[in-house]
Amino acid sequence: MAAKSAVEIIEGLNSDQLKTDLPVIEVGDTVNVHGRIVEGDKERIQIFQGIVISLSGRGVNRMIQVRRIVEDMGVERIFPLHSPRVAKWEVIRKADARRAKLYYLRDRVGKSRRLRDKRRGLGKAGVGGAAPAKG
Amino acid sequence: MALTLLGKKLGMTRIFGEGGASIPVTVIECGPCVVTQLRTKENDGYTAVQIGWGEKKVRRATIPQIGHDAKAGTTPKRVHREFKVDAKKLGEFTVGQEITVEALSDQKYVDVTGRSKGKGFQGVMKRWNFKGMFASHGTERKHRSPGSIGGLCSNRGFGGGLKKGKRMAGHMGDDRVTVRSLDVVRIDAKQNLILVKGPVPGANNGVVAVRVSTRLNRSKQKKLAEAKAK
Repeated sequence: MAAKSAVEIIEGLNSDQLKTDLPVIEVGDTVNVHGRIVEGDKERIQIFQGIVISLSGRGVNRMIQVRRIVEDMGVERIFPLHSPRVAKWEVIRKADARRAKLYYLRDRVGKSRRLRDKRRGLGKAGVGGAAPAKG
Repeated sequence: MALTLLGKKLGMTRIFGEGGASIPVTVIECGPCVVTQLRTKENDGYTAVQIGWGEKKVRRATIPQIGHDAKAGTTPKRVHREFKVDAKKLGEFTVGQEITVEALSDQKYVDVTGRSKGKGFQGVMKRWNFKGMFASHGTERKHRSPGSIGGLCSNRGFGGGLKKGKRMAGHMGDDRVTVRSLDVVRIDAKQNLILVKGPVPGANNGVVAVRVSTRLNRSKQKKLAEAKAK
């Protein structure tokens, strides 16, 4: 039998699937999800912009739940963070989230939906630099 | 029976497959197994191949065990299992031969046998998927009970009590379970790993037997036929 433990073997299998170019994403961040969409033979990128309301799992199983408002309707999508179907993750804005899951945003309407900007990390300049292209 | 290999269930993970689809896989450390004995028509009345897998401390093995495996030129093995083989094909195996996962490399589907997790004494709803009784309409303290088990004469002829095998509450799990027609996702000969799609019976680190699929599920048969037609 191999000297490696079961966990080590499985993590070894996963290691080449993990993305190495991920930005630091935290709950409360506004992110751009560059999703790969295949239509027939063509492939195009669709951007889904929203607030990260939940992060769960670890390793390859890391999942990220993004919420955005489309025509006054809340839309939530759950992505595997390391999925090859997502071409790129982009953090646009950091916000002050005081809990791990922001499910309370679902009950919020209007201005109270907004999150307070994070003072540390990305400054105002950073926000301006990565001007969000409305997807 | 067909070519069987013994191994250990390591756990589950996910693999991103074609087009980025996430495939749930079970990782099985499979083999290498050693052929420890050949069963022949003359000696045993049937033809089969016996394989051994896993190391056992010599200190913990009995003398007969050590002797049995020494005949195959190996150390005492933890588990032995036989799989039946056609008398004509017995010649393809030799005692002491090592079988690795590579033997399965041209397989699309495999069957996996393991010992399911023990669930203890379970009621009829969990064990046999009975529906239980009404939640209301006057039902009291009997919401998960099986209801009538039938008359003592009704199930088979007359007299003699209930039909054997009547589904009731009792011990669940810790059974020998085989899952058929699992997709082989990947084979890693270097690490003796086989990745199959979906779950496999038993707890992690449990011993499982992986064999060449003997009887495919209908859906998989269809898939193969379609692939051939193309």
